Amino acid sequence: MADAAITVEGARKRYGSKNALDGLDLTVARGTVHGVLGPNGAGKTTLVRVLSTLLRPDAGRIEVAGHDVVTEAYAVRLRIGLLGQHAALDEELGGRQNLEMFGRLHHLGARRARARADELLARFDLTDTGRKPVRQYSGGMRRRLDLAASLITEPEVLFLDEPTTGLDPRGRAEVWDSVRSLVGGGTTVLLTTQYLEEADQLADRISVVDAGRVVADGTADELKAATGGDRIDVVLRDAGQLGAAVALLPLTGVRVDADRRLLSAPVTDRMTALSGVVRALEEAGVEAEDVALRRPTLDEVFLHLTERAEEAV
Amino acid sequence: MSTNAMGTNAMGTNAMGVYALTDSWTMTRRELARWARQPVTVVVNLVFPVMLLLMFGYLVGGGRGVSGEYVDYLVPGMLALTMAFGLEGTMIAVTQDLNKGVVDRFRSLPMANGAVLVGRAAADMLQSALGLAVLIGVGHALGWRTQGGPGAFLAAVGLLLLFRFAMLWAGIYLALVAGKPEMVQAVQILVWPVGFLSNAFATPGSMPDWLGTVVQWNPMSHTATAVRDLFGGPGGESGHLGWAVVWPLVLLAVFFPLAVRRFAGLSR
Repeated sequence: MADAAITVEGARKRYGSKNALDGLDLTVARGTVHGVLGPNGAGKTTLVRVLSTLLRPDAGRIEVAGHDVVTEAYAVRLRIGLLGQHAALDEELGGRQNLEMFGRLHHLGARRARARADELLARFDLTDTGRKPVRQYSGGMRRRLDLAASLITEPEVLFLDEPTTGLDPRGRAEVWDSVRSLVGGGTTVLLTTQYLEEADQLADRISVVDAGRVVADGTADELKAATGGDRIDVVLRDAGQLGAAVALLPLTGVRVDADRRLLSAPVTDRMTALSGVVRALEEAGVEAEDVALRRPTLDEVFLHLTERAEEAV
Repeated sequence: MSTNAMGTNAMGTNAMGVYALTDSWTMTRRELARWARQPVTVVVNLVFPVMLLLMFGYLVGGGRGVSGEYVDYLVPGMLALTMAFGLEGTMIAVTQDLNKGVVDRFRSLPMANGAVLVGRAAADMLQSALGLAVLIGVGHALGWRTQGGPGAFLAAVGLLLLFRFAMLWAGIYLALVAGKPEMVQAVQILVWPVGFLSNAFATPGSMPDWLGTVVQWNPMSHTATAVRDLFGGPGGESGHLGWAVVWPLVLLAVFFPLAVRRFAGLSR
C-alpha cells in the first residue's frame, strides 16, 4: 500500500514463553488517526515500542514512514514522535528547558531549539509555567508538555501510547483537544487505548488487539455493525421486577444490569421489538422508566470480540 | 528499495558520528541544569564526605597502626572512599532516568545513542572532581599537608579520578542490571562494606590476618596507598602505583563493554 504510513506484517515478539506480538498485521493510511484498542497485556505497548524502534521484533516486516524499523532505525527516528505511557520528561527541569533540550537533540541548533520551545509552549498553553519544574505540574499539564516534546520536528507519524491513562476527565479533554488539532496538519497518529470512548472520539479506524493479534479492524461504525446491530434497552422503575420482566419479554440474549435497573437485548426488527416490549410490559403491569432502541456501544463490541478471541484459543 | 535503505542507513551512521559530540554536550548540560535546579542536593553530596572525614578524624579518633599524623593518613583514604561511593550516585541517577521513561524518549530520537551514557559520565566526573576539591580544601584546613611536589599531587588526583571512572561504569552497568530503585538499594548495601573493608581508616597490619588480606586486595586500598605515597604521607608505599593504575583499568575493561552492551540491549 503506497500511501501507508505504517505497515506491519506478521510482527512477532516473545518474552519468555509469552507471545506479546503473535503475528500481528496492521496498515495505517497516511494522515489518519488509527486506534489500537485492547485490554491490558494485549500487546499494545509492545507494538508501539517496536514501531518506535525501542524494541527489536523477533520477526515480521515493519515499516514506518517508508523505512524499516530494524535496518533503518535512524531514518525512522527522524520521522516519528513518541508519547509513551509514562511522561518522558526531565522532572527537575522546567518546561522550556525540556523542550530546548529535546530540540537540541533533534539537532535544531541552539537558536531554533529555543524558538521552537517557545512556539510549542504557546501552542499547548504552557507559556506561563515559568521556571516551575515539571515535577510540580498537574497531570494534564505534564501530558501536554510530553505531547509538545514529541512534536518538536512535526513528525510524519506520531505514536500515542495510552495518552490519557491516569488523567482526570479535565486532563483527558485537554489531551483530546490537542490530538484533534494535530490531525489537521497531516500527521498520521497511532493511538493505543483501553478506553473505547477515546477510540470512538479520536480514531478514523480502529484495530481491536487481543493476545498479540488484531481480532477486528474497521471504523467504529463498522465494528458496531459487525456485532449484530441494534439493541433495545429497558429501564424498569422497580429493580425487583427485573427477573419477571426477563421471563415475559419477547426477547432473547437479555443482559441484566441490576444497579441501573436495566435490561438490554439484541434485536433484529426494530419496530416489532419495540412495540412487542411495550405491549408485554403494559399487559403485565410492569412499569418502565425508559424503553429505547440504540446501536451497540464500542464496549459491547469490545467485549464481544475479545470474548470470541478467547473462545477461539 | 534496498539501495535506498543502505543509503539512508549509511547517512544515518555518519550523522550520528558528527552529532556524537554535540549530543554528549547537550546531555552533560542537562545534568548541569539539574544541579542548578537542586543546589541543596549538590551541597549535601559535597558535604557528606566532609562529615565522614570529621567523624573519623575527631569522633572515632586516631586510626590503628598509623605512624605519624592521622589526618595525613585519613584524608587520602577519604578521597579514595569518596570516589568509591560515587558509584551510588551514578546508580541512582541511571535508575531514575530509566524508570521515568525519559530514556525511552532519548532512544527514540535521532541522536547519538552513546550520548546518554557519555553525558552521565561527564557530569559524574565533574561532580567527583568538585568533591575532591572540597575535601582537599577541608583536609588542608584540618592541618593535612602534602610532601610531594605539584607533579605528584596531580598524579594522585589523576589516580583518584581514574578509580572514580572505573566505579562510574560499574555503577552504570549495575544500575542497568538492577533496573528498579528497590534493587539499587540492595546493591548500595554492598558498596558500604567494600568501601569500609579497605585501608581508608586503618592499616591492614592492625587487622586480623584474614581481614588484612581482604583489605589489601581491595582495589580501593591500592589507590589509597599509592595516593598516600604520592602525597608523601604515612601509609604510602611506592609499590602500589602499578596496581592503582591496573586495577581501575581491569574494572573498566570489564564494566565499560558490559554497560554499553546492556544499554544497547534495552531494545531486546
